[in-house]
Amino acid sequence: MASSYNFDKRLESRFVRLLGMAHLDPVLLFGLLLLIAAGLGILYSAGDGSMELLQRQGVRLSIAFLIMIVVAQIPPQTLYLWTPWVFAVGVLLLLGVLVAGDVGKGAQRWLNLYVVRFQPSEMMKLATPLMLAWYLCEKPLPPGFRSLLVSGVLVVVPTVMIAMQPDLGTALLVATAGFFVVFLAGLPWRVLIGTGLALLAFIPIMWQMMHDYQKQRVLTLLDPENDPLGAGYHIIQSKIAIGSGGLYGKGWLNGTQSQLDFLPERSTDFIFAVFAEEFGIMGAAVLLALYAFIILRGLYIADHAQDNFGRLLAGSLSLTFFVYLFVNVGMVSGILPVVGVPLPLVSYGGTSLVTLMAAFGMLMSINSHRRLLSK
Amino acid sequence: MARRAHVADPYQHSQLFKRRVITAALICVLLIAALLMRLAWLQIVEYAHFSDLSKNNRVRLMALPPNRGLIYDRNGVVLAENRPTFHLEVIPEQVEDMDATLAGLGEIVELSDQDIEQFRTELRSHRPFESISLRTRLSEEETAKLAVNRYRFPGVDVSARLSRYYPRGATAVHAIGYVGRISENDLDKIDTGNYRGTSTIGKTGLEQYYETELHGTVGQQNVEVNAEGRILRVIDKIPPVPGTNLVLSIDIELQKIAEDAMGDLAGAVIAMVPQTGEVLAFVSKPTYDPNLFVHGISVKDYTALQHGRDKPLFNRALYGQYPPGSTYKPFLALAGLENNVISEQEQVHCIGYYTLPTDQEHKYRDWKKEGHGATDMGKAIEESCDVYFYELSHRLGINRMHDFLQRFGFGDKTGIDLNGERSGLLPSREWKRSVHGKIWYPGETLIAGIGQGYMLTTPLQLATATSVLANKGKYVKPHLLKELRDADGQLVAVAAPMTSMLKLKQPERWDFIQKSMQRVLRGKWGTARATGWALKFEMAGKTGTAQVFGIAQDEEYDKETVAHKLRDHALFIGFAPLPDPRIAVAVIAEHGEHGSAVAPIARTIMNKYLLDLDPEPRHGK
Repeated sequence: MASSYNFDKRLESRFVRLLGMAHLDPVLLFGLLLLIAAGLGILYSAGDGSMELLQRQGVRLSIAFLIMIVVAQIPPQTLYLWTPWVFAVGVLLLLGVLVAGDVGKGAQRWLNLYVVRFQPSEMMKLATPLMLAWYLCEKPLPPGFRSLLVSGVLVVVPTVMIAMQPDLGTALLVATAGFFVVFLAGLPWRVLIGTGLALLAFIPIMWQMMHDYQKQRVLTLLDPENDPLGAGYHIIQSKIAIGSGGLYGKGWLNGTQSQLDFLPERSTDFIFAVFAEEFGIMGAAVLLALYAFIILRGLYIADHAQDNFGRLLAGSLSLTFFVYLFVNVGMVSGILPVVGVPLPLVSYGGTSLVTLMAAFGMLMSINSHRRLLSK
Repeated sequence: MARRAHVADPYQHSQLFKRRVITAALICVLLIAALLMRLAWLQIVEYAHFSDLSKNNRVRLMALPPNRGLIYDRNGVVLAENRPTFHLEVIPEQVEDMDATLAGLGEIVELSDQDIEQFRTELRSHRPFESISLRTRLSEEETAKLAVNRYRFPGVDVSARLSRYYPRGATAVHAIGYVGRISENDLDKIDTGNYRGTSTIGKTGLEQYYETELHGTVGQQNVEVNAEGRILRVIDKIPPVPGTNLVLSIDIELQKIAEDAMGDLAGAVIAMVPQTGEVLAFVSKPTYDPNLFVHGISVKDYTALQHGRDKPLFNRALYGQYPPGSTYKPFLALAGLENNVISEQEQVHCIGYYTLPTDQEHKYRDWKKEGHGATDMGKAIEESCDVYFYELSHRLGINRMHDFLQRFGFGDKTGIDLNGERSGLLPSREWKRSVHGKIWYPGETLIAGIGQGYMLTTPLQLATATSVLANKGKYVKPHLLKELRDADGQLVAVAAPMTSMLKLKQPERWDFIQKSMQRVLRGKWGTARATGWALKFEMAGKTGTAQVFGIAQDEEYDKETVAHKLRDHALFIGFAPLPDPRIAVAVIAEHGEHGSAVAPIARTIMNKYLLDLDPEPRHGK
């Protein structure tokens, strides 16, 4: 008995050591794998039991995992050196999209590189926090007025360019990713509140600049019953799905809203509604707890990072992951407008998956390369 | 900013950062808690509401229309049934090229521009997976052609639906009636819930009168549908209750004989069983094909029926009001006897005309110019002496005539199981004063005495009153329904007609009147003696001729039609066999000239019934 226990323990510690050598954080990895497993399970239900859908998502997940492992091997110093170039290339590509981008789903988001159709805005979700962390890590903190001004420019330029495509969801995520770096670097509260108020005053001007469909989404959020078969349909059906799930849900594969096609986009942006319908608030609470676990682990890594670059980057990436979650669940449950943000690591679709896993690769790199540096 | 150190202080940074991270972590946890609160609101507080919405989303109530009850004649011959008819339907989302498909179909089946136009209109208002009807009532040939060519047209289907069919066509149409599409007017009268899924309703005749029984009760099923409305499965089901079958008193064979016997004459024939009130034949001529109405009659066909010669849609047996003419005389004779104004033996001297004691100038003419001579009651009926009945009615007066004849049902609806029956008209002093505001003239009594003037009767009334004569006073309400049977053929109800007794002071007077009427056919001078010749049974009858009043002012003068229109209506009433009649008949032929001309129609019907269909007396001796 005792020997077998020891053996297990040895095996376990050997496995953890092995992960450590591969620069993978076992705690974060555990959380991610659990989340991905849950995601595949609900995707199977949302996709009407289509194995093809599951396989394609499996392939994407594998690629994304591979990218995470590769990124985890890159030491933060190397990332630091690459950062200005990555950012510059990203901004140039965004410029390219605006000039010569393909129109996909009514918005200019894709750049046809002849080999792959590539979404530069997705790249900016990583490049922007990298750039801000790169810029602020050498400055005295909390940042001074000049640093804040430069940081502001670094956030606003890609954000505006992405918003012009127009892709409000990604612009929002890029802006928040950049903002989080500045916040973590010690953005004074008075500046934060002041900027917040200024933005509030800016809303009417923003409203003027928004596209009709974007306005519609906001209006629809305020009163979904106004247009039950049009723009409001998504929110109404999604709320019905969640609400009818009740305490324990209708059971896996038994959600009538999703199984009978009432819920639109149920394998992509609205997959959370499927989960809440089939597993109830109990399941949803467990899922949210899992997300919280991953986010808190990310923030823990940030707190324990060796240098400011690592701290700021890790913190920002973790908080961006939270924003994904919050915006998606908020939108699906009808408290935020429908802005097209997927449920991270669960929604069907490839692009955001790669970006997210690359970010987790960076987190693991920051965590695993710490001791090497300190010695 | 001299206060700020220019060199980064790692410890200070780490402390600042820690505070910020903890703040961020707290905010994250709080916001996730807020999401959870939102979910709790939706999933716990509002659960019942959303659960209902979800159920309403997926469960749809579908009506299961009942099969309409069938209609049989008294011998179980089907008169109205439900037959599958084939319709051409298209499911738009399965059609690749709609124009090519329509063009291709047009070569196989007949597609009018109207069909295609209507289809295109419906195409815009239907969801793509819902099938849309392109053509209704395909012929067998078209159905077969489509079956062979169907592979060429994906999304095109031939569907079978049950629709009403009248296998006997025009025969007995005025009794049976027909069904047609439910109209706005109908919707006000029916329980629309019970008509979900049903598109037709009884419009006239028994189809209309027994609509409730024939229709049945709608069933329903809850089905699970997806967002597109497709049915995935049946959750529960209440089957429909099919309508009750009607078994009519009509004998369709006799009906056919009667209709044929009328030939081209417009008019009506009623044959009934005196003892039971069962109507054996209910004829109104000309007739029309009820099958035209089932799927909506075309404007052309309808116009033809409405304005066609003699107006086939007009139900003469029920709505037609004719002066009874001399068929009225046997009833009047009884009135005279019962009021003691005349006896069977008393003779009236007929010199070819009659004058009122108060006005010697105005002559009321007999149909026989030279007169009948000394005439007693029997002879007056046999020869239809007008002068005798002028005298009789003069003695009676209009009010006593009215009161007695009312007991035969004249001037009142018989209450047969059909809608819209007319009551005819039995005039009286009070009636004239209230309707015309004028006093009654003695001359009008004489005119009424030979069944003319204000007197009007429907063929049905006349047959019913004739049955009372045949029954020696027993009045039976006429009816077309014999039995109600459920879908399995089990008896549900049997018609129990209302009866009453017309009691005479001296019941032997019935026999006297019957004998007198027998003389109409058997007597040497009987008005229908030609018909009575070589009869295989004893029959009582009375001919009648009703004057047609002048043509309307606005009608065009056309020698031939006017000549026809000015001809008198011919009537005949009769019953047989004596002494225990089993059938009573009333015949009215518009412009048939003389009652003796239509008496053979009654004989034909009686021959068929008494010698072939019902040779044995069933109602005891």
